[in-house]
This record gives sequence, C-alpha cells and structure tokens, in this order.
Amino acid sequence: MTHLAKRIIPCLDVDKGRVVKGVRFENITDAGDPVEIARVYDEQGADELVFLDITASAEERATMVHVVEQVAAQVFIPLTVGGGIREVTDIRRMLNAGADKVAINTAAITNPDFVRVAAERFGSQCIVVAIDAKRVSGLEDAPAWEIFTHGGRKATGIDAVDWARRMAELGAGEILLTSMDRDGTRDGYDLELTAAISAAVGVPVIASGGVGELRHLADGILKGKADAVLAASIFHYGQHTVRDAKRYLAGCGIPVRI
Amino acid sequence: MTTVAVIDYGMGNIRSVSKALEYVGGDAQIMVSYDPERILHADHVVFPGVGALRDCMSELQRLELDDVIRECARTRPFLGICLGMQALMDFSEENGGTPGLGIIPGRTVMFPGGSGDAPLKIPHMGWNRVHQMHAHALWEGIPQDSYFYFVHSYYIEPRDAAVVAATTDYGVSFAAALSRGNIFAAQFHPEKSQQAGLKLLANFLAWDGEI
Repeated sequence: MTHLAKRIIPCLDVDKGRVVKGVRFENITDAGDPVEIARVYDEQGADELVFLDITASAEERATMVHVVEQVAAQVFIPLTVGGGIREVTDIRRMLNAGADKVAINTAAITNPDFVRVAAERFGSQCIVVAIDAKRVSGLEDAPAWEIFTHGGRKATGIDAVDWARRMAELGAGEILLTSMDRDGTRDGYDLELTAAISAAVGVPVIASGGVGELRHLADGILKGKADAVLAASIFHYGQHTVRDAKRYLAGCGIPVRI
Repeated sequence: MTTVAVIDYGMGNIRSVSKALEYVGGDAQIMVSYDPERILHADHVVFPGVGALRDCMSELQRLELDDVIRECARTRPFLGICLGMQALMDFSEENGGTPGLGIIPGRTVMFPGGSGDAPLKIPHMGWNRVHQMHAHALWEGIPQDSYFYFVHSYYIEPRDAAVVAATTDYGVSFAAALSRGNIFAAQFHPEKSQQAGLKLLANFLAWDGEI
C-alpha cells in the first residue's frame, strides 16, 4: 500500500539562459525568464521541473549554472538539469548550483561507465539517464525500439529496452524516456514503449514526448505504467495548468499531490 | 541572532538545504561548513546528506566531524535529513553493512521491493504522505498527512518505537521522521517539499530544542 503520488513534470528548453519554445502565460512579464516561469509552475503545483540546456556552444553553456542558482533560490521542488552533462565536474557544478538531479544522455552512450562512476560518486538518486528511442520494427513484427542521438537523427544500433536495463544496473536512479517518433506530434506518448521500459527496470520511469491533451498524461500512467509524466507545450501555451492536469488525473483515480 | 550550521562533508547538494534555510530564515545566519569549531559554535545544526553511507562515514571521520555531530546532537536543536538521518543509527545494511554514528539505537534497512504484477520501484522517489505520530514543534502548522518529497532506497528501524515522529507507507510502513529530545530527523527532503517543507524548516529555526 502506498500513497506515492504520480508526478507531473513541466520541461523547459533553455538556450543561452533563456527559455525557448515560446511560453505563453498571461500573468508573466518575461516569457523567456526561466526563474519567472519556474515560479509559475511551482505555484501551479508542479512536482518537479526539468531544464534542458540546448545551448550549442560549450562556452555559453556556463549560463545554465546561473539559471539553476536563481531558480533554486526561489523554487523548492526538485530540479533536474540535462544537456551537456559529460563529466563528473559538470555534475558537481550543477549540484552545487542547486540542482537535485542531472540527466545524462549522449555521454552515457559514448561511455556507459560514466553512469556507474557518477552514481557511485553522487548517489543514484541524482543520476537520471535520458533515453531517446525510436521504433524500428515493422508493423507485422514484435515491437522494437532503438536508441537515437543528435535529436533523433543518428541511430546507435542499441536496443532501447536492453539499454534501459543496463543503465539501471550501472546505477541510474531514474529513466527519462522520450519517444522520438512522438516528440512534438501531440499524439500522446508511445505507450507500448513506455510500458516495455517500465516493466524492464526497477527504477522510476518518466514518460516524455507527444503530449497534446490531458488524457495523454493519464494514459502514460495507466497504460504506459510511468511513474511520472513530462510535458512541455500543453503547459507552456497556457492550454492547461499543472493544477488542471492534477485534477484530471485525480478524476481518473490516479494518486496526485494536490 | 540565531546562527545555523549546515554540515558540509562533500556529500550531495548541500546548497539546496542552505538556500531553503536562507529563504525562511529571516535574519538567521546560515553557514555551510565542515569546520568543527564553527559548527560547535552554531545555535542550530543541520546534518543533511545524500549518497552512500560508507562514503558519508569515512568523510565524517576524515574531517573529524563524527564526534562534533555526536556533541551537537546532545546539546542543541539538531536536524538530520535523509542520509543525515540514517547516519544517526547504529548500523546500516548498506554497502554490505556499515556502522553509523550510534546516536539513535536501531538500524537502517533496504526496502523489500516486492514482487507480483506491480512491484514497487526502488528508490522510493517522489511525493508521499507523511503521517504525524505525535504533536511536535516542527509539525506546527503542517496539516496531517501532508505530502513531502522522498528519494531513498533504505529506511530506518529505530529500536524504540516512541522516537518515530511520522510514518509513510511504501510497501511497508516506515519511519519518515524521528524525534528525541533536541534531535529531529526526516527521511524526506524538507528543502524540496515546497510549502510543507519550508514550514518545517522555519519551525526548526524557531525551535528551542524542547519537545
């Protein structure tokens, strides 16, 4: 028996310290200010926040540290930072700035042992492995997904389910699973993928990629067996608040923190 | 002016604890330190921590903080958080068996995990309800069964059930908080638990260490 709540996690893409993908809130003066947006989500009852640093150049990526520092001084829910986490020093810098977890993506593929080292040094609780997966099976075949990098353009030949299992064994405390087929489509999560990964690992799974309406969040939890659901655009554009989403999930019989 | 020492022994994100204390602290002076002298001079002491207990204990010994913590836990308002709660016990199953500071009799054990159709995930990660077992200054103004944020794979089993200040259900009903005299400790992270957590920290800063 548990009352552990399913988590709703808004995700913000940050480029050179500014939130991109046009957040549209009425009660906000600067739609690009990560701190202001984080505060709105906090007030709406977001359970965690994910910041994804999409800054292209390594020099300008230092701005993310300041973003995390400012957010962490005002918003007291867990913060995860992803994008450009390649070395132990990157992790330490983000944790010292006030992040609670880091999401490791490409660096885990180029050097899986990095995940083990990071988990041993900082504890599994702050090591999230982000997996970008694409369906590679034909319609008639048993479903199969492969890991892709470079925003879904580059195949790695790695089976997504095997990979998730291996990452959990190496010490990942959580899996952030994005369907590259669904990302940006608003058609809902790849529920088969989410359920396959969730059944394969003993650590929590965050579903990501494809949310277009509240029902998709409920499906991710009830059918995809996700422990947490991540979404960007349905919250950013003011289509729904996090609070709306929680009421909807509660109405579906899902435990949420309201 | 109240001085508060947050013990920094290199384990995890001490910053989020000090930031939350600064946010609620008013004119309290919050310092993050591994200097035994400064810690022993503080009015209130916070002992946070995440990660593995073996690393925690070896760092505490290397920095000669183990006896400092024992001293503080006897003499002033003291708040342990997460690993800083587990380290207060005699012994933990973690890392094949690791002795703790022995301040609270009992041990730290791993979640059973379970089996069946929907085995519980480990770590226990996320927001869960905290059921207060008795009135305490640190629960002041916090509704019964409020949600707090947890991230852990182990939990404490104190020998004396009377020290359990709160319980949470996750497959088993475990001690989510403990209190004994001037010591309060939480398995959850008040610094990451939004309003309920900030209230608990504010209560701690206002606490004189009496029950």
